[in-house]
Amino acid sequence: MSDLFNVNVTVNGTLYEREVEPRILLSDFLRHDLGLTGTHVGCEHGVCGACTVLFDGNPVRSCLMFAVQTNGHEVTTVEGLGDIDDLHPIQQAFWEAHALQCGFCTPGFLTTLVPFLEENPDPSEEEIRNAISGNLCRCTGYQHIVEAVQLAAEKMRA
Amino acid sequence: MTYKFIGKRIKRNEDPRLLTGQALFVDDVDIPGMLHVAFVRSDYAHARILNIETEAARQHPGVVAVYTAEDMGDEWAPGPPLVSPPPTLAGVIFNSRRQSPLAKGKVYHAGEAIVAIVAESRYIAEDAADEVRVDYEPLPVVVDLEKAMGPDSPRVHDDLDTNLAAHMFQKKGDYEVARAQADLIIKKKFFLDRGAAVAMENRGVVAHWDEKSQQMTIWDTTQAPIPIRNGTAARLGLSQKQVRVIAPFLGGGFGPKAMMFYPEEMLIPWLSMKLCRPIKWIEDRRENFYATTSERQQVHEVEIALTNDGRVLGLKDDFLHDTGAFDPYGLTIPLNTQCHVTGPYDIQNIASNCTAVFTNKPIVTPVRGAGRPQGVFIIERMMDFAARELGMEPLELRVKNLIPPEAFPYDKEIIDQAFAKLILDSGNYLPVVEKAREMIGYDQFIKEEQPRLRAEGKFVGIGITPFIETTGVGPYEGVRIQIEPSGKVNVATGIGTQGQGHFTSFAQIVSEQLGVAVSDVSLVSGDTAEFHWGTGTFASRGAVVAGSATLAAATSVRTKVLKLASKVLETPEEELELEDGVVRVADLPHRSISLGELAALANPLRGAVEPGTEPGLEATDYFGPAYGATSFGVHAMIIEVDPETMMIEFKRYITVEDCGTVLNPLILEGQIHGGVSMGIGNSYYEKMHWDENGQLLNASLADYLIVTAHEMPNRIEVGHLETRSPFNKLGTKGVGEAGAIPVTACFTQALENALEEYHLEILESPLSPNRLYELLRNLTMSTYGREARK
Repeated sequence: MSDLFNVNVTVNGTLYEREVEPRILLSDFLRHDLGLTGTHVGCEHGVCGACTVLFDGNPVRSCLMFAVQTNGHEVTTVEGLGDIDDLHPIQQAFWEAHALQCGFCTPGFLTTLVPFLEENPDPSEEEIRNAISGNLCRCTGYQHIVEAVQLAAEKMRA
Repeated sequence: MTYKFIGKRIKRNEDPRLLTGQALFVDDVDIPGMLHVAFVRSDYAHARILNIETEAARQHPGVVAVYTAEDMGDEWAPGPPLVSPPPTLAGVIFNSRRQSPLAKGKVYHAGEAIVAIVAESRYIAEDAADEVRVDYEPLPVVVDLEKAMGPDSPRVHDDLDTNLAAHMFQKKGDYEVARAQADLIIKKKFFLDRGAAVAMENRGVVAHWDEKSQQMTIWDTTQAPIPIRNGTAARLGLSQKQVRVIAPFLGGGFGPKAMMFYPEEMLIPWLSMKLCRPIKWIEDRRENFYATTSERQQVHEVEIALTNDGRVLGLKDDFLHDTGAFDPYGLTIPLNTQCHVTGPYDIQNIASNCTAVFTNKPIVTPVRGAGRPQGVFIIERMMDFAARELGMEPLELRVKNLIPPEAFPYDKEIIDQAFAKLILDSGNYLPVVEKAREMIGYDQFIKEEQPRLRAEGKFVGIGITPFIETTGVGPYEGVRIQIEPSGKVNVATGIGTQGQGHFTSFAQIVSEQLGVAVSDVSLVSGDTAEFHWGTGTFASRGAVVAGSATLAAATSVRTKVLKLASKVLETPEEELELEDGVVRVADLPHRSISLGELAALANPLRGAVEPGTEPGLEATDYFGPAYGATSFGVHAMIIEVDPETMMIEFKRYITVEDCGTVLNPLILEGQIHGGVSMGIGNSYYEKMHWDENGQLLNASLADYLIVTAHEMPNRIEVGHLETRSPFNKLGTKGVGEAGAIPVTACFTQALENALEEYHLEILESPLSPNRLYELLRNLTMSTYGREARK
C-alpha cells in the first residue's frame, strides 16, 4: 500500500477533503470515494469519452487523470449540471430529441457539450460533429445527439 | 385503428434519471464490506495448464482469497447449456461443450479465466493478479474455419475426433430439380468475419449472500435475469425464492449480455456464499474483447439457379459457422442465417447445409442481427451477381422475386431459432420497395445524377436492399399491472432493458387501456423479486412479446376497473370511459371517480366481500406466440468513394420499415439509427483481427474502431409503411435489429456500383479502406493508380 496524499477538491460546488493513494484514477475517486456514480467508465484508456468531466471548466477524461491532480481545483460532473426537476438546457434538449438510449455514454456527451456551447452558441452541424467526435455512442448513431445540440443551442440563445 | 398514446412521439419516462446521473448501473452498486475480484486470464489460445503458482498472490496485503479450478473442489462444474439443438430437425448433430467458471487442465481461448483474486479493492486484486504464475504447455491453435475441418487439424476438444460442433441440413423443395431446370447457375464463395458488440458498458456482476436471511441478491448486466436466477439457484443448491437477480439500467446489450452463463456469473455468487461477503467484479474493456461473446464468422459456398428472365428457382448454401471454443448458446445464429439466406424472396427450392466449427476463440453468441446479416449478405450478393449475368437491372430482379402479398402467411419450411417452422406472418413488400426507390430518387440517380457525377470523375454508387427480420419469437413473457390508490400505475415485467425505451413504450400501451398519462405509469423491468416469469430481451422480441403481455394485462385491469366503476357510478359498463385518470359516464363527465379512489375501494380494510373477489385493480397476463412476427424493410444509400484514401462519404441514407404497428416513432427512429451505425461499422470499420495464434490484435477501442459522429451519414431518412401482424393484438413486429441487418449487403452493392468501371467482385465482409485498396490493387495492378488520378 503506497502513502496517502491529501486531495482538497471542489466537486459540483462542494469542497471534499480526502486522503487517497496517488494511483487512484479520478474516475474511480469520483465514483467510489465520493459516490458520484453518474460519471461512467467505458474503456479506461481515454477513447470512449464516457468518463468526461469538467476540470476547471474544461472537459477531461477522468480515467486519464489521477485524483491527486485535482488538488486545489474544481471538478464538475453530470450531477452538477442540473437536477431531475431542473434540467440544464442541454439535458432538456437530449430528452426532447431522444438523444440517449441506454444512457451510459450520455454524461460524457453532456459534459463535453456544456463548454462547447458556451464557446459556440450557434454551431454548424460540422462543428457539432467535431465536438462530439471524441465521444463514442453505440446506441443512437449520433443523429439525434446532433439534433439535440442544435435544439439546445437554440434554447440557450433565446 | 386510432390510438391516443400508441404511435405517438412521446419522450421517454426513464430519461431524467439517466440525464442527471441518477440511474443505477451495476458498477454503481456499493455495499459495505464489499470485496472486489480481478481475474488472471490465459495468455494462450490453446495450452495445457501445467502449474499455477498462487502463493505470492495469497500473501499480498489486502487479498482475501484466491481461487483456481482446483480450489473449487467438487463445486467446480461447467455451465448449463442454454438452448438445446432444434428437436424438430432430423439428423442434427450437436456436440455440446460448455465453458466453466475457471479453466481446469487446459485453456481453450485467450482470455479464458484461470484464477480469481478476491481483495479489498480492485487495485489490490490486480496487483496480486500480476504475482500469479501460470506455467503452460502451448498447443497448436485452431483459428481458421476451413483448416479446422481439414483432416490434419489440431483439435480444440481432445475428446472429439474432429472440430465439428454441429451439423444440420435444412431443405425446401428439391434444389437438384431446380438446378436441372435452370438457365443460369452462379456459384460463389464468401468469407465473413467477426465483429464485437462493444456495448459502452462492459459486463459486471455484484453478488451479495446474506447469511442471516439466507438470501442471495445479484446485480448482473444480463439481458435475461430470470434464467440467471433459476440457473444460479440450481448451481448453488438454493430455492429460486432465495435468489433475486436484478438487471438494473444496462449500458447497452446488443446480444452478448444474453449469453448465459458467463464464467463470472457462475463464480461471483459462489464466491459471495463461500466468503459471506458482497463481491463485485466489473469487466474492463480488454476483458470485454476477450471474454465477452462476439460473432459473424462464416464461410459460405453458394449456388443460385435462375431462369433467363430472372426467376430464382433455387438456392444452395453450404456453410461453415465459427462457434468459438464452446457452444452453450446452441444453433441460434446459424438457424437465423438459414432463415434469412432466401430473404424476402419466393424461392421454392432450398438446400442449406450448416457445419458449426469449434475454434480456439471466444464463445460465439448473437450480436445485433444474430446470423441474419450473414444470410442477407449472401442472398443480396447473389442477386447482384445474377443481375449482372442476366443483364437485368438489380432492383428489377429483386422485385420480380419478392414474395407476393397474397402468399401470406408464407411458409419458408425452414426451422427457425424458436425451433418452429418459419412462417412469415404478413407483409406487402412491393410498396415498401417502391417507397424506398422514390425516397432515394433511384431512377433519377441512375439516369441523370450518376452519369453527370461520373463525368466529373466522381466515384458515386447506389445500393438498395430489401430484407426481412424474423422477430418476436416465443416462448412467452408476462406482465403484472396494478393501479395504486394514488392513481399511479405500476407495471412489472421480467425482461431486462438495455436502452430500448420499454419504460415508455410499454407505458403507452397501458395508458391506451387505462386512460392515464404515460408519465403516471412506472415500469420495473428485470428484477426477479418484482416478476419472476419470462426469458429475456433478445431476438427483437421485447415489444412484440412483452408488449403483447402488457396489452393483455392492461386489458384485464381495464375490465376490473369498469366492473367496479359500473357499480359505484350505477351506470352500465358500456356507458363508461377511461380518460385523464378517471372513469366517467360518457355523456355526463361530472359523474366520475378517479382510478385511485377505485383502487382504494377495491382493497377494503373491513367488511365482507363477495366470494371470489380478488383484491385491488391488478392483473397478470402472459403472451406466448405460436410463431414470430417478421418485419420487412429496405435500406438504400448513395455513397462516394475517395479514390486516393478509399474513405467513404454517405451522400444519402434511406430506410423504409414495415414493422406493423409502431409504438413510438421517436424510439423506433433511434433503434434504426443505432442499428445502421453498427451496420456501417460491420461494413467498413469493425473487424476483430485474430492472428494465427488466436491472439486478438485489436483488443482496445483505440484499435477496434466503432463509428464516431464523423463516419455516419448526416441524415438517415426513415420511412414507414404498416402491415399489422395478425399474430398479436398490437399488430406489431420487432425492429431492434433491423437497422443493422442489411447494411453490409447494401454497402457492398453501393461500393461495387461506385467502382463499376473496375468490375470489382466483393466476396467478403467486413471491408476496410485498406482492404478495399488491396482488392483494387490486386484487380488492376498497373492501371488502377493511373485511372484514379485521371
